[in-house]
Amino acid sequence: MSDTAYLNKIRNFCIIAHIDHGKSTLADRILEQTQTVALRDMEEQLLDNMDIERERGITIKARAVRLKYHADDGEDYIFNLIDTPGHVDFNYEVSRSLVACEGAILIVDASQGIEAQTLANTYLAVENDLEVVPVINKIDLPSAHPEQVKEEIENVIGIPAEDAPEISAKMGINIHAVMECIVKSIPAPKGDNDAPLQALIFDSYYDSYKGVITYVRIKEGSVKPGDRIRMMATGAEFTVVETGFMGATELVPCSGLKAGEVGYIAASIKSIGETKVGDTVTSADNPAPEPLAGYREVNPMVFSGIYPADGAKYVDLREALEKLQLNDASLSFEPETSVALGFGFRCGFLGLLHMEIIQERIEREYNLDIITTAPSVVYKIEMTDGTVKMIDNPTNYPDPSEIAQAYEPMVNAHVYAPSEYVGNIMELCQNRRGVFRDMKYIDETRVDLHYEIPLNEIVYDFFDALKSRTRGYASYDYEMMGFVPSKLVKLDILLNGDIIDALSFIVHADKAYERARKMAEKLKEHIPRQLFEIPIQAAVGGKIIARETIKALRKDVLAKCYGGDITRKKKLLEKQKEGKKRMRAFGTVEVPQEAFMAVLKLDDE
Amino acid sequence: MNNSGNRGLYIHVPFCVRKCPYCDFYSLPGETALYSGYAQAVKRNLSYYSERFDTVYFGGGTPNLIAPYMAEILSAADIAPGAEITAECNPASATAETLAEMRAAGINRLSVGVQSLQDAELKKLGRLHNADEAEALILAAEKAGFGSISADVILGVPGQTAESLSDTLQRLGKLPIQHISAYMLTLEPATPFGKNPPLDMADDEKMADLYALCQKLCEELGFHQYEISNFAREGFQCRHNLKYWRDEEYLGIGPAAHSFYEEKRFAVPKDLPGFINAPRQTTEITDDSPGDYDERVMMGLRLAEGIPEELYKPLLPGLKLLPPEYWALESGRLRLTSAGFPLYNYIVSLLLAHTE
Repeated sequence: MSDTAYLNKIRNFCIIAHIDHGKSTLADRILEQTQTVALRDMEEQLLDNMDIERERGITIKARAVRLKYHADDGEDYIFNLIDTPGHVDFNYEVSRSLVACEGAILIVDASQGIEAQTLANTYLAVENDLEVVPVINKIDLPSAHPEQVKEEIENVIGIPAEDAPEISAKMGINIHAVMECIVKSIPAPKGDNDAPLQALIFDSYYDSYKGVITYVRIKEGSVKPGDRIRMMATGAEFTVVETGFMGATELVPCSGLKAGEVGYIAASIKSIGETKVGDTVTSADNPAPEPLAGYREVNPMVFSGIYPADGAKYVDLREALEKLQLNDASLSFEPETSVALGFGFRCGFLGLLHMEIIQERIEREYNLDIITTAPSVVYKIEMTDGTVKMIDNPTNYPDPSEIAQAYEPMVNAHVYAPSEYVGNIMELCQNRRGVFRDMKYIDETRVDLHYEIPLNEIVYDFFDALKSRTRGYASYDYEMMGFVPSKLVKLDILLNGDIIDALSFIVHADKAYERARKMAEKLKEHIPRQLFEIPIQAAVGGKIIARETIKALRKDVLAKCYGGDITRKKKLLEKQKEGKKRMRAFGTVEVPQEAFMAVLKLDDE
Repeated sequence: MNNSGNRGLYIHVPFCVRKCPYCDFYSLPGETALYSGYAQAVKRNLSYYSERFDTVYFGGGTPNLIAPYMAEILSAADIAPGAEITAECNPASATAETLAEMRAAGINRLSVGVQSLQDAELKKLGRLHNADEAEALILAAEKAGFGSISADVILGVPGQTAESLSDTLQRLGKLPIQHISAYMLTLEPATPFGKNPPLDMADDEKMADLYALCQKLCEELGFHQYEISNFAREGFQCRHNLKYWRDEEYLGIGPAAHSFYEEKRFAVPKDLPGFINAPRQTTEITDDSPGDYDERVMMGLRLAEGIPEELYKPLLPGLKLLPPEYWALESGRLRLTSAGFPLYNYIVSLLLAHTE
């Protein structure tokens, strides 16, 4: 095979799909068809390998796998399937994964049509010059209407869909047609083996034996064990220890990677922070003049405090965060102290889902009980002395007298939904201080509503509220616009007269009263009665604007306690004791963890 | 850990004339034909034990229904001289003859299920006796020679008021009793009350008021509170029940009976025919390491005598979270005050959650 002839037999592609539209299932079927995984080794949805991913049916991190396919033309092809996250929080990772491919399979559910996230990712693919191959999935469902969905694809995305394979990934129907489409429609990669190395990092993870494993797409040049490499954004240099391909269940070492190929590089890299997704790997001895386009630092958008429920577990929590960060460079954290919660960490996340996933992984994989504070966005504050502060923690919010002007981050949000819900959605967006931009019909029954909304209005519970107002039919997506001037105030919560710093948050002045009232009500609902009366107050700048009272507990006793059932009563008391352990004492007030979570979910009815 | 002295013996009598709608203790109504077989099985089980018991308690159910068998049952056990031997007794079915039989068998303490001395309340509770019959039984018991009599009272009976409870307690105070057990009515899920709660059930506020009233009146009448639900004249505390609260061992015989025996807690299945037919009662371990720290604190703080220093020391951090009216530290012991008792669960779980 000549130096570049091998390129004609390679197909690098990804799959774009909305959550639940069948991406992982199709990936499994493709793996089966290529016999990459012996059937008996097949686990449902092989590519999603974290428990949480399986349970939530979402892909959090990109994965890749190399497959061999014997096509109808008699030739053997190498398929590199790159799995992409489907959620808005991981948009940047999606865009980097796309750059590693020449084509994308667009899966659309035959009964539900195109969703917001699908569309956003498809546009990203088109922008990156990927060949988009539509596939209509779930045609086995009685509610399937593939012809209508094809029309929608043509109208909305503007790509031909008449010949799109109609498949059922679940039932294994028509998968062969998808395989042939990949061979015929997706272009082979291009590249020059002799050019200076340019390899795009599209994913990485930490392996305790090999150090950081970076997943790369070689755009130009080649790399092999022993080469000195340099990360162009961070400048860090390493010696390559191993190169190879991603098998379905394990890494397969090889002698080197060439232009057009997808594979991994291991170079005894200790910190994942040195191998940033989107960065370009080049040769230290013969560096490329320019990195590949499109790299940017991923900045956390949402911040929250994470505290151990048991203060003695602080060190365990730090270790858990450090380990999680090894595999997730977009997680940031630094120590912080709260009067109410003690020692903990201020953590930065890409978005709310990212935050929830991290919290869940800490609790599940590291078996730690944690308390999280209300998520906050970053505010920009111009001080009267001319300096500018970025505030991501309400506790650090400056005194109003020192603020010249406050700014809050805005996003461009697109909501896609059946047109019958337009009224509900507009009402919701207006409640959230959204500014209407425009509305487009995607087809006769579905619309794309474009709003500018402050990020702090959507970080709490926007998606939940949206779903409940549209019976789950709406989807949404957003991108950062920048900071706009805003009238902000800091709302404090007092329990028994003491400010609970962990419950403070920043809110638009016009919504302070409503928020305060709801916070106080929610807390009353979630803080159990205690041995004395507890006033709950909400205050802005020392002025009380809402108040509730938790009455004192009068009776909590097991009256009968005889020999008969001491074991049962003991268990009951032990359970009560465990409940008390999960509480946080603020002075003498005990607050259960649920109360912290509950105040995050103040749906505006 | 246990056993300064002898163990206690509990005998569960699983018979009733009729089930009361609030009661979830194991008993079967109307099985008179099984009394004899049951008594033989109890005797058979007792024959495996050669140890000496210094308290015996016939609980139920309605133990007076098997009064004719009590003598032979007790003859199968080695009972210490001066032992406290209690039988529970229902005014609806106990007669002068029953009392005489029990007295002759050696029973020296009666626990009478009075529950209330208001006919309307007794009706709500589905009891088969009225107030006069309960009073008459207590007078007859005294006449039969019982010098230690306890009356059960239920707090929070649907329709009960401060006045009606006060009247019940005042009338009890005039009767020849030495002990009062006052229980808050609780809805047990598997009972008719649990499934269809009476509409006028006392809420927590009302229950707390009734409980406080009961504490006050009992004290005035000379019954001193020595446990959350128990009040006694000087020297008449129930020695058998104290064993439970002091975390001492006892043996339970009969279906649904529980034991704390040789450092294990176990229970006999709720199966009367199985109990009668088995050569020896079957048991299921419910706790294979009882008597731990938490348990001793839990049990000990039920008592007015409280717990000694070695037990309360680790609780000191939690005590700081408790308003001072709910507890007292004196004479080297920690105890809950009468204001603390109705909040026992809250207080104990809070203290145990903050041990150092």
